[in-house]
Amino acid sequence: MPTKIEKDALTGTDTTGHEWDGLKELNTPLPKWWLYVMYATIAFSLVWVILYPAFPIRGATGVTGWIAREAVMQDVAAANERMAPMLNRIREATPQQIAADPDLRAFAMAGGRIAFANNCAGCHGAGGQGAQGGFPSLADDDWIWGGSYDAILQTIRHGIRAGESDEERTSMMPRFVADGVLTVPQVNDVAAYVASLGGSTDDAAAVERGKPLYADNCASCHGENAEGNRDVGAPRLNDRIWLHGGDRHAIARFIANPRMGVMPAWGGRLDPATMNMLAVYVHALGGGEN
Amino acid sequence: MSATGYAEGLAAPATGAHSAVRVDAYVEAPIRAFAIATVFWGVVGFLVGVVIASQLAWPLLNLDLEWTTFGRLRPVHTSAVIFAFGGNALLCTSLYVVQRTCRARLFGGDAMGWFLFWGYQFVIVAAALGYVLGVTQGKEYAEPEWYVDLWLTVVWVHYLVAFGGTIIRREEPHIYVANWFYLAFIITVAMLHIGNNLALPITMGHSKSYGLASGVQDAMIQWWYGHNAVGFFLTAGFLGMMYYFIPKQAERPVYSYRLSIVHFWSLIFLYIWAGPHHLHYTALPDWAQTLGMVFSIMLWMPSWGGMINGVMTLSGAWDKLRTNPALRFSVTAVGFYGMSTFEGPVMSIKAVNALSHYTDWTIGHVHSGAMGWVGFVTFGALYWLFPRLWNKQRIYSEKLISWHFWIATLGIVLYITAMWVSGILQGLMWRAYDENGFLQYSFIETVAAMHPYYVIRVMGGLLYLTGALIMVYNLWMTVTRGESEEAVAAPAPASAVSAAAA
Repeated sequence: MPTKIEKDALTGTDTTGHEWDGLKELNTPLPKWWLYVMYATIAFSLVWVILYPAFPIRGATGVTGWIAREAVMQDVAAANERMAPMLNRIREATPQQIAADPDLRAFAMAGGRIAFANNCAGCHGAGGQGAQGGFPSLADDDWIWGGSYDAILQTIRHGIRAGESDEERTSMMPRFVADGVLTVPQVNDVAAYVASLGGSTDDAAAVERGKPLYADNCASCHGENAEGNRDVGAPRLNDRIWLHGGDRHAIARFIANPRMGVMPAWGGRLDPATMNMLAVYVHALGGGEN
Repeated sequence: MSATGYAEGLAAPATGAHSAVRVDAYVEAPIRAFAIATVFWGVVGFLVGVVIASQLAWPLLNLDLEWTTFGRLRPVHTSAVIFAFGGNALLCTSLYVVQRTCRARLFGGDAMGWFLFWGYQFVIVAAALGYVLGVTQGKEYAEPEWYVDLWLTVVWVHYLVAFGGTIIRREEPHIYVANWFYLAFIITVAMLHIGNNLALPITMGHSKSYGLASGVQDAMIQWWYGHNAVGFFLTAGFLGMMYYFIPKQAERPVYSYRLSIVHFWSLIFLYIWAGPHHLHYTALPDWAQTLGMVFSIMLWMPSWGGMINGVMTLSGAWDKLRTNPALRFSVTAVGFYGMSTFEGPVMSIKAVNALSHYTDWTIGHVHSGAMGWVGFVTFGALYWLFPRLWNKQRIYSEKLISWHFWIATLGIVLYITAMWVSGILQGLMWRAYDENGFLQYSFIETVAAMHPYYVIRVMGGLLYLTGALIMVYNLWMTVTRGESEEAVAAPAPASAVSAAAA
């Protein structure tokens, strides 16, 4: 097909003389700025390739000698070096000693805060407020296993029913219905009694029937007055703080077939300095004991 | 050749664009089906996008059902918009354009067209069903398992044969620039698809397979694929679309033939090496990361060559932007294309990537390209194609096109600005240390900080979806209510012309 080069009236530029379905093309030269910027990116790339590793050859690191892995190692080493003096002191000290020293305490509270947020808040909440369903609040003084520095540290390090250490917190409430210890009506009565300890008494007769059942079956762990027993992790029942719900039905369900929660042992996951900082931080959330 | 319609000067008469349409010799029915599928899958893809954006803002919407969790719906969204919406748009326009710019009937005829149509829709449905049921290779944008991959290979090879065969049978001495881009897209996607999906099924009766590569090699192949899915599926293919529909709508010649040659070959050559920038600061060797970065930077101007050619084709026809809202879509698309092909090289720079990687900035970047470039250039083409494919005089309502345009543009602006802010915020929060050297923020605090931006993103997506629904109504009314175009004599394939002469 003969090509027919025309001059475009609007721009004064020649066409290439080709046509497809009515479409034509102008023979406009490459925009200069476009070409020069492209050359500039190529020049930049050539320089970059000389400066930085760009060849699959061992030792070919480029003029700067920069290696990503070494750069990150240096950054990590610099950060460690900066924090080492304080962390070493915290690692050697007890939580009590840390709390007594204003500098150490400020450092531990900062480190404990972020360690708590990244490791503990998932279950215990961002402010340690806990959640229904077995996640205890750490911001009050109602401790299941104890709220002293040492008790908190032991819980963090060895966990609860984690199955990783002999020093872990462990206990097992009987499954009163599933194991055939109590009948369902008896459990309902005990639940009514336990609920009444926290102030909810809608069924006085059931509360009366439940009282002796409590004394026979529950008091050995939870105490005569339901004050709890931290040695075996039996929660206090005569207040209004509940892990699994405090109404009569929730209590009855729990007695019938308890769910025993698990907390991981952090000893193998966090270094001792971090656990010390966590102990100081958790102790300061609101319920720390001496 | 017959000179009918070719003797017109450079400025085509007002009816010129319409007159070259009604040619019985071209394959059209399957192309109409592809056009409908483009619209249908577009709405599905945008809708699922709004759903998963809402899930990120309000996690309750995962519904606690395995089939409706974000993890399973996210690939439904990405595949629906890229491969179902984008893929149907590319098949639709490429088969339409190649016949007309080659003056040749589609190789394989109607049967080939229908095989491609139903074969491709089957790929989409089989892939999406797999995602929802948990069948996935776990490779981004290449999630379908081996049995879908095999079938797609069969369909794609037919596509290549149909497209290439039509070009070989062309009645024009030269191959039009749109077809270079379409052909590059078809060939490269075939290569990428096969390369990234080399896998061994557990048994022929099981959906699960294991890839041949592992570790960092697997990651590198995946991002060689992933980046070039962007480069060749979402860029080269849609540049092909641009090179036909913008000059058609503007009724102006393409700005620079020389620029199209240089930017085509530089784009094709450079794009394929840029994948490693997805793996900055990973186990990928430093030298490969450096090369991924410099090839991305060199890609800037080749990408912008397409933008210049698209925008400058309007020189002398800028007034059409005021009167032709469909052209407004096409040209704005080129603007978004220029923006995201500048943002891409910037994000490939390692120092920038150290901040942007793994954040919402990446999501914003992808969406300015996907919604702004791919979506808008497709809408522009659809508004041009529907009256012509259904032989109508005009689109039902130009006013509704304007509404679609402004609502969708507002949606994109909300979406990408929200993701820029949240992405940079996220990146800065992740790297913030307090004065003691401890991290300033826990991960969950950074997630909580994203919430307002995730809500804004949902609103942006809703606007974009609303615009698409307006388009559906407009196209529906065009097809069902529009006045038919009078049959006019038009340039036809040589075979049809000689038949008429006989």
